Amino acid sequence: MWVYEKKLQYPVRVSTCNPKLAKFLIEQYGGADGELAAALRYLNQRYSIPDKVIGLLTDIGTEEFAHLEMIATMVYKLTKDATPDQMKAAGLGDHYANHDNALFYHNAAGVPWTATYIQAKGDPIADLYEDIAAEEKARATYQWIINMSDDTDLNDGLRFLREREIIHSQRFREAVEILKEERDKKKFF
Amino acid sequence: MNTLRKTWHPYISPFDPCTPIKVKTYSTPPNLYMGFQPPGLEQFTPMEALRAGTLWKAFYDPWYSPYEKAREGQ
Amino acid sequence: MKQLPADYYQLLEQLQAVDFVLVELTLYLDTHNKDTEAIKQFNHYAKERKKLRNAIESKYGPLMQFGHSYSGQPWNWDDAPWPWQV
Ligand SMILES: [Fe+2]
Repeated sequence: MWVYEKKLQYPVRVSTCNPKLAKFLIEQYGGADGELAAALRYLNQRYSIPDKVIGLLTDIGTEEFAHLEMIATMVYKLTKDATPDQMKAAGLGDHYANHDNALFYHNAAGVPWTATYIQAKGDPIADLYEDIAAEEKARATYQWIINMSDDTDLNDGLRFLREREIIHSQRFREAVEILKEERDKKKFF
Repeated sequence: MNTLRKTWHPYISPFDPCTPIKVKTYSTPPNLYMGFQPPGLEQFTPMEALRAGTLWKAFYDPWYSPYEKAREGQ
Repeated sequence: MKQLPADYYQLLEQLQAVDFVLVELTLYLDTHNKDTEAIKQFNHYAKERKKLRNAIESKYGPLMQFGHSYSGQPWNWDDAPWPWQV
């Protein structure tokens, strides 16, 4: 089971009321390479992957939920007291009409999250390569959002999240090495 | 130590309407070069690690917007 | 409305830092299960986090529920602020 802890993984700060940035950020909330997709992808793959890497998928999948909460916090803070006019000016009029200031799992273009964003091939190598690609795509998405944002506090949190993708990719690469290792040759520690 | 950014020069046509970007950059983070992480790599302190997003210095590769400075100058 | 003092943010960040080390070591150990030094370090910080967690909970209420934290009187798990509100 899972147990919630009443704290963020990282001290998220946002310096300005800027719903426009929320519109971009929502990509990492409900987009194809976002944190929700990441968490669900890894946790779901656990059931058919060799035992040696189930722990890793469990732990990275769990960390992704912490990242999802960080993104939610950023979006929440960027839009919390935004008026309908401010939402409209930020290109969030369509969002406001349907959701008011509520968060929703869709991407920056308003397309709702879909399970087709994630894969489970049942082949350990295919699945881990998908995971590595997902981490690199998430890393790139953070770069493009940082490039569009001039909120230094927000960028600080986004940099943390981007760095985590680098580490996750590293661990998935190591998982591939573990699975392809020849039984009698012992080279890892 | 490997470089964490690579550059390339896209072809520029005299008929391209936007101001050409002469050099394009992309990210090649440390995980591409590390292989299986060896034990005992140099670490950050816990507080530094939290700020860096990694415990190990060898993985630290922060991304800053190339436009942020230009925007400040305006 | 009650606001949290600077002390809360300081304590919280200390816990976030120690917990971050534990996350990093967890993922590392998932692929390096025989690194005895890393395991020692992990257990050291696991102890560290217990102290910090107790310090926060004694002043600001439970961090976890379903029995992973004790409750105050009255039930204070659902007291605001929540993590995204602070
Ligand atoms: Fe990730």
